[in-house]
Amino acid sequence: MRNYANPTVFMETVARWLPWLAVATTTLISLGLWMAWRAPPDYQQGDTVKIMYVHVPSAWLASLIYMVMVAAALGTLVWHHPLADAAQRAGAPLGAGFTLICLATGSIWGKPEWGTWWVWDARLTSVLVLFLIYLGLIALWRTIEDQVQAARLVSILTLVGAINIPIIKFSVDWWNTLHQPASVFRLGGPTIALPLLWPLLVMALGFTLLFVCLHLMAIRNEILRRRLHRLTLNAVQAPASGFSMEATS
Amino acid sequence: MRSAALALFLREWRVTRRLGGGAAMAVIFFLILITIVPFAIGPDPRLLGRIGAAILWIAALLATLIGLDRLFQADAEDGSLDLLRLGNLPLELVVLVKCAAHWLATIVPLVIAAPLFGLLLAMPAAQLWTVTLTLLIGTPALTLLGAIGAGLTAGLRRGGLLMPVLILPFTIPVLIFGVAAANAGQGAGFMPLHVPLLVLTALTLATLALAPLAAAWALRAGAS
Repeated sequence: MRNYANPTVFMETVARWLPWLAVATTTLISLGLWMAWRAPPDYQQGDTVKIMYVHVPSAWLASLIYMVMVAAALGTLVWHHPLADAAQRAGAPLGAGFTLICLATGSIWGKPEWGTWWVWDARLTSVLVLFLIYLGLIALWRTIEDQVQAARLVSILTLVGAINIPIIKFSVDWWNTLHQPASVFRLGGPTIALPLLWPLLVMALGFTLLFVCLHLMAIRNEILRRRLHRLTLNAVQAPASGFSMEATS
Repeated sequence: MRSAALALFLREWRVTRRLGGGAAMAVIFFLILITIVPFAIGPDPRLLGRIGAAILWIAALLATLIGLDRLFQADAEDGSLDLLRLGNLPLELVVLVKCAAHWLATIVPLVIAAPLFGLLLAMPAAQLWTVTLTLLIGTPALTLLGAIGAGLTAGLRRGGLLMPVLILPFTIPVLIFGVAAANAGQGAGFMPLHVPLLVLTALTLATLALAPLAAAWALRAGAS
C-alpha cells in the first residue's frame, strides 16, 4: 500500500488497470444477466425471483463498502495515508447508492411476494439504519469546509458506526422477535437450487468489480478535484505577485 | 486532578442552570412534546395508556439530544475549550464531567417529572415507576452518545440538524431496550422486567466507557 501513497503513482496505476477492470465488469454483469435470464423460474415465486440477482449483490455490497470505509478510516487516523481520506470520501455515496438499490429492489420484490412494500422486519430495518448512517457520513463531509479536518472527523464517526452497527443489528433482531415471532420473512424458503445459485454468484462478483471500478474512478476524481482547487488558489495569488515583480523591476 | 474535575463540574453546573433557560427548559420541552402527541393521535385513554411508555421515551430522547448541540460549541467559540485541552485534566475526563453536569442539571429533572407526565397519558400506576426507572438508567447513555455528536460538530457554526442526524441512528438500541423494559409485565407482557433492564444497563455502562474516548478524539481532531 505504501507505494500508492504517492497520488501520481496511484493515478498511473489506475489509468493502466481501469480499462481491463471495466471490461471484466461488463463481461461478468452481462454474463450474469444472461445466466439469470436463462435460469429456471422459481417453483413458488415464478419470474419475480429474478429481482434477487440485483437485490442480493447490492445488499452484500452495502455492508462490504462499510468495511472498506472502516479500513480507509483506520488509514486516515492511524497511518495518515494520503489516499485514505480520498478513498473514504469516494466510498460514502457509493455505499449509500448500493444500499438504496438494495432497499428499492427489496421493496419491489416484497410487493408481489408479501403483498406489501415495507415490513418492519429486523433485516429491512437494520439495512434502513445503515442507509441513514451513510447519509449522516455524507452530511458531515459536506458540512465541514476544511477537508483535512473533515477527513479525521468522518473517520471517527465511521469507527463509532463500526462498533454500533453490530449492536444495532442485534438489538433490532431482538426487537423484532419481541413483536412478531413467526415472521413471513424466510429468504428463498428452501436452500437455493444450483441453477439459481450460479448466476447469483456471477452477479455478486460482477457487482463487486463494478464497485471497485466506480470507487477507483471516484478516488481519481477526488485527487483531480484537489489539484484543481490548489491550482485555482495559485492562480488567484499569481497576478498579485506578478504585479509586485513588475513594480520592483 | 480531583479539584480540577470538581471545579469544572461546578462551573458546568452553574452555566447549565443559569443560561438559556436552564433546567426548566428541558422539562418544558419534554412537556410540550408529550402535549402535542394526543393532538396527533387522538385523546383515547386506552390507546394513550398502551403507547405511553414509548411516547415518554421518544420525548426524552429528543429533549436530551436537542439540548446537547451546544455542549462544546460555546467553549470552542470563546476559547475555553483550548484551555481545557491544555489543562492537566485529560480531555476524556473533561467530556465525562461536562456530561455528568449536563445530565444532572437538565435530564434528572426531566426524569423526576416523567411519572407526573405519565399520568397525563393515562398510564397504569405500576408502569409509571418502571418507565421512570428505565429513563433514569437509559438517559446517561443518550447524553454520552450526544456528546460524540457534539464533539464532532463543535467547530461548526452552522451545525443545525447535523448533530441529531448523525447520532439518532446510534440511539436505536437504547430506545429498543428502554421501551421494552418499560413495557415488560404490561398487557402482553411475557417477559420478566430484569432481562431488558440488564441489557439497558449494559448499554449505558458500555457507552460510559467508550463515548468519552470518541468524543475527546473528535474534539482533538476538530481543533488541530
